Amino acid sequence: MILQVQEVSKRFGGLQALLDVNFELAEGQIMGLIGPNGAGKTTLFNVINGVYPPTEGQVIFRGEKITGLPSYEVARRGLARAHQVVRPLNDLTVRENVMVGACFGRERHSRSSAASLADQALTQVGLIDRADQFALSLNVAQKKRLELARALAARPYLLLLDEVLAGLNPSEIAGMMETIRTIRDQGFTILMIEHIMQAVMSISDQIIVLDYGQLIAGGNPQEVANNPKVIEAYLGDPEMTARLLAE
Amino acid sequence: MNLWRQPGFWPSFLLVFLSGLVVLVLRQDTLRETAFTVLMFIGLASSLNILMGYTGYVNFGHIVFFGLGGYFGFFLVSEMGWPVYLAALGGGVLSSILAYIIGAAVLRLRGAYFALATIGVNEAARAFVSNFEPFGGSTGLYVNFSAYDRYGGAGQALWFTFILLWLVVLAVIVVSYLVKRSRFGLGLSAIREDEDTAMVMGVNAPLDKTKAFLISAFFPGLIGTLYFFKNGNVEPDDAFRFQMSLEILVMVMLGGKGLLLGPIVGAFAYERLRGYLLTSVIFKNLHLATSGLVLLLIVLFVPGGGVGWLRERFPKLRRWLE
Amino acid sequence: MIHVLPSIIDGLLIGFVYGVAAMGLTLIWGVMRVINLGHGATMALGMFCTYFLFSDLALNPYLGMVAVVVLSLLFGFLIYGVALQRVIQSGYLSTLLATFAVNMIIIGIGTAVFTTSPRNIDFSAGSITLGPVILQGTRLLAALAAVVITGALYLFLYFTRPGKAIRAVSDNRAAAELMGIPSSHVLALAFGLGTMLAAVAGGLTSTFFPFTILSGATYQLKSFVICVLGGLGNPLGALVGGLFLGALEGIVPTFMPVSWVPVVEFVLFVLVLVVKPTGLLGAK
Ligand SMILES: Nc1ncnc2c1ncn2[C@@H]1O[C@H](COP(=O)(O)OP(=O)(O)O)[C@@H](O)[C@H]1O
Ligand SMILES: [Mg+2]
Repeated sequence: MILQVQEVSKRFGGLQALLDVNFELAEGQIMGLIGPNGAGKTTLFNVINGVYPPTEGQVIFRGEKITGLPSYEVARRGLARAHQVVRPLNDLTVRENVMVGACFGRERHSRSSAASLADQALTQVGLIDRADQFALSLNVAQKKRLELARALAARPYLLLLDEVLAGLNPSEIAGMMETIRTIRDQGFTILMIEHIMQAVMSISDQIIVLDYGQLIAGGNPQEVANNPKVIEAYLGDPEMTARLLAE
Repeated sequence: MNLWRQPGFWPSFLLVFLSGLVVLVLRQDTLRETAFTVLMFIGLASSLNILMGYTGYVNFGHIVFFGLGGYFGFFLVSEMGWPVYLAALGGGVLSSILAYIIGAAVLRLRGAYFALATIGVNEAARAFVSNFEPFGGSTGLYVNFSAYDRYGGAGQALWFTFILLWLVVLAVIVVSYLVKRSRFGLGLSAIREDEDTAMVMGVNAPLDKTKAFLISAFFPGLIGTLYFFKNGNVEPDDAFRFQMSLEILVMVMLGGKGLLLGPIVGAFAYERLRGYLLTSVIFKNLHLATSGLVLLLIVLFVPGGGVGWLRERFPKLRRWLE
Repeated sequence: MIHVLPSIIDGLLIGFVYGVAAMGLTLIWGVMRVINLGHGATMALGMFCTYFLFSDLALNPYLGMVAVVVLSLLFGFLIYGVALQRVIQSGYLSTLLATFAVNMIIIGIGTAVFTTSPRNIDFSAGSITLGPVILQGTRLLAALAAVVITGALYLFLYFTRPGKAIRAVSDNRAAAELMGIPSSHVLALAFGLGTMLAAVAGGLTSTFFPFTILSGATYQLKSFVICVLGGLGNPLGALVGGLFLGALEGIVPTFMPVSWVPVVEFVLFVLVLVVKPTGLLGAK
């Protein structure tokens, strides 16, 4: 198991954002994490990669307890992340942004070898023509790709992708899906949060469902799609329900 | 990395190198005094730039390291009889040690809170030194004239000090460039743009910004010792001028923060402007107000500073104007 | 204990005036996220304004305060329009340097016009003796004026439309803008009010301490300390912080040399910032 999340809970003051979350992820798999808005998905990522510690529970990565480690320590152990809300380093070029991933990720490359790794990652996500622009000048879809390239350049054992498809138009989504598939084929383990059902269902080996901070279902895409609890959780969100039932 | 093949390094290095060389060739005392001030500010502004421009932490108390390091170095020269170059090194080391201690506390703060804390540190240091008897309390310390004998009299000592300052400032430029081009420097830029994201990407921000703070603090300690040694005395109001801290900051902004050449051009421009205003008949009494007006215009209309503006205007020049 | 009492009371009275100055600084920070480095210079202008009204027009300083209020409010709008409006969105470094530039301009012109020789307002409001304590009339009146101003500010912030708008922006700028509050008017008003509080505090100070155009710098630093003690952005905290600092300045000299007072103040300042950046009062 590359990642084990054991009885993780997180409280923000009076708000129970996560409650007793348990799951395991095997190496080489893609796991989809779904759930309504505000369910605690991003919070779960934050707990896993050390942005803040869980209130209770353990996170175990490649056999090592990483609970409560600062995020840079987690990153060094081979866990990289693309953010839901894109966070480019605006005043750096696109290439430099990706180099930060390579320099400070798992393999800790020197600046010159980081540059070639960065170009590799940029080619992979289709952003290489923009390498010398400032990150500030990219549009949203490009910034999402930049997030992905930065994470890839870190050569992580595990990739956390937080809604990398959100905010993209259909053709951009298709392109990004293609990219994610090639990444999967290279053998990265991926845990991805996604709202676009069709996308997660088609790409994931396993799906887990979070609702009000609790895991309410898990299994392969078919099982999850037919799970009455899941359908119920999405009932507050008619659009989602429709999409889910359309599967 | 081979420094000699870096186009971004040369303009800055040559500028400082040649201005010092010209003074040494012409051997005029007044020119030396002017050049001393300009070089000193280049060194102070460039070292501030490592923290403020590269890392994004705006330090209003940079002068604390000039003051405390300078006091300590001066103490080593005048009370302990150390040669001035060793004393200056002592001042620099003490500054870095203090930066480590102060940084452990204040580097946890971000943005304006960090800036405010550094104002407090500066005032606390000034008030403390004014009361600290080994450093002469509020009257400060005076150098024993025999300290100059070692260098062949006061006149020779001044030239010797000038050369030391010149070398120190060249060292600041080299170090600034190496930091900027290194992996460490890339991490600092990441911290500047977004510290939390930098950490998620693996940058050990607490450690790296502490290192930047130590490097940034080392040089003012050296420079302070040389400055006070040249003056022959040191006193609290001279060593911890909040005004001077702000002027250094203005120089960095004037040239362009985060750039190697920025603080150098900024320090030159600011000092030339001040020199001109102070000697001009019309502006003599209004030099402060005029400087203020210039600063306001820069802040409002050229926020990237002079060099930053050139870089934007002429992208072809970028590789030379780092 | 009894010999400490007079200095504590004296300190508290001055503390009220400190509090008013700090309220101005904290209001500007809370609403605009601007550290106003021109605050001290504005205080000095308030001192000079009061002084000239008194010495040239023979106006009672407390009546003169009304003129100071009006003039400084306008002056604040002017500074906002000229120096701040353009950079208000570009982050604290730009606004901070802009206000520092304003500070240089005021001090520069002030030095050229007024020189730096000290002046004082030769005005006495008698004194009151309560047992061992002698209360200077000017300090009592200044404290009283400070209380009145705080009360007026409170009424303004809580019971008028523009005041409520200011508080709304202070609490959450983005949300307030969504609700359609004309943010830039509010920002200008906040800066005007902050400037006014500084000038009034300066005017009150000038009735009992001699001053020069440079005097504001010390008070500005004290205002920083007070704002941090009371929690940045919290006006009531600023007043309490002012009293605290005043009392501290009264007490400390009774058991260590007076020159150690700033050491205590600034060490406290840094400690509070590091340990509890929301201020000792802990609001917000
Ligand atoms: N740093 C935080 N402080 C307080 N509340 C938070 C914080 N981060 C998230 N929350 C709250 O936790 C809940 C889950 O948020 P999030 O994990 O972002 O949901 P999701 O990503 O599933 O949409 C939300 O109610 C959100 O408001
Ligand atoms: Mg989310």
